[in-house]
Amino acid sequence: MSKPLDQMTWQEIELGGLLREPGSARAYRVGDWRSQHPVWTKSRCIRCGVCWTVCPEAAIVEESGGYFDMDPNYCKGCGICSKECVTGCISMVAEEE
Amino acid sequence: MGKRVGMEVSIAVSYAVGLARAEAIAAYPITPQTHIVEHLSSMVANGELEAEFINVESEHSAISACIGTSAAGARTFTATSSQGLALMHEVLFIASAMRFPIVMAVANRALSGPLSIWNDHSDIMGARDIGWIQTFVENGQEAFDHTVMAFKIAEHHQVLMPMIINMDGFILTHVVEALELVDQEMVDRFLPAYHPRHYLDPKHPVTMGAFAMPEIYTEVKMKHQVILMNSYDKIMEVWQEWGKLTGRSYQPVERYKTQGAKILLLTMGSLSEVAAIAVDELRDQGVPVGLLKLRLWRPFPLAALREAVGGAKTLIVCDRAISLGSASAPVLSEVCSAFYSLSKRPQIRGYIVGLGGRDVNPEDFKEIVAQAQAKPEEGLSQEFHLFGVRS
Repeated sequence: MSKPLDQMTWQEIELGGLLREPGSARAYRVGDWRSQHPVWTKSRCIRCGVCWTVCPEAAIVEESGGYFDMDPNYCKGCGICSKECVTGCISMVAEEE
Repeated sequence: MGKRVGMEVSIAVSYAVGLARAEAIAAYPITPQTHIVEHLSSMVANGELEAEFINVESEHSAISACIGTSAAGARTFTATSSQGLALMHEVLFIASAMRFPIVMAVANRALSGPLSIWNDHSDIMGARDIGWIQTFVENGQEAFDHTVMAFKIAEHHQVLMPMIINMDGFILTHVVEALELVDQEMVDRFLPAYHPRHYLDPKHPVTMGAFAMPEIYTEVKMKHQVILMNSYDKIMEVWQEWGKLTGRSYQPVERYKTQGAKILLLTMGSLSEVAAIAVDELRDQGVPVGLLKLRLWRPFPLAALREAVGGAKTLIVCDRAISLGSASAPVLSEVCSAFYSLSKRPQIRGYIVGLGGRDVNPEDFKEIVAQAQAKPEEGLSQEFHLFGVRS
């Protein structure tokens, strides 16, 4: 982003509000919305990748060894990964106050 | 002088769109707008107009397709009416926010319910705040002229805003009028090809219609408001240029027999011609009455209105729409706001006339002027009179 949004003046708005910088949505950390997050129990994970496939935010990342974890910047805590996990190895844990 | 011909006004509007060399048209037929797009469809099918005519299944899709063709950089036209305009509603704001210079003819018609195909302004008053330039025309000649001019205004690089030409359904769209047309060569000189400033180009990808956070939404709206208000000067420039070319010049607030007038009627659209007849007759009887025709609705011509009203004692605002649940009426409330901050202001009286196709005659305007001359009652529960309602 050329300038933080909260410092931009109305005169600096692009014609028609268009954005020239690709992928600017990345700057918006939707992970802030989360009230719970997924926790993987590695001993029961078969590394099938179903959680990675079903995550609507593409916020699950593959780690070394083929296991998975969430990306805290973008995981909204929806729990779909936990619901769909083949072995039930993902539990949703409430965020701390 | 152009050629003078007899022509149905809807056909004249489509002829104007052809002269403007529109490149894309997406529309859905709805009474009383149908003849406009029907004729354009024929022109495209017959090879008389080199344009893409996109048949759609609804007005929501029509205006969405127009955003698409305008985003691709094409000169774009559409037309609608009443329920069609209502169905477009959510998309209309997006077209203006994205600054696409789409031109739309609206054949003004009452909104359902009860179902009515006849004229009033309730359709456009529901779309008052969509951020488009909006103008009203009084007769067929104006419908033709303003359709051509709208492209030039909308596409001006300092404007880049969509524009609506309001024309009374049936009363204008379906009558045959004597019109002075202009030739293609003149329009080509007046209106060069559209060179978009922002368009979809795979070589230079951009995001259009992005989401805005609370940190930036207010600034985006401010810019829209400033651009729309500033479009006033460009509208005037284009109208003046047209005046030089054709001898027909237009003003945001036009005056008819206002010299020495103590009472002024204010009307929009085709009502203005009827009111002018009443003014002629009343003037002959010695009543000091004049007429203001509000041509430009958005941006609202605040300064021009104040100047035109001058020192008149009574200003009678005639709305052709009712704002249900309001103590005022759409045009009336706007006019009252325009004068509220001034220490010297006219007595403003509001009348709602001609709803759902009810005829308004010169006699009606005479009756309104007579009523308005009586001392106004104070503390009324509503600021307008629903003229001619039976009780």
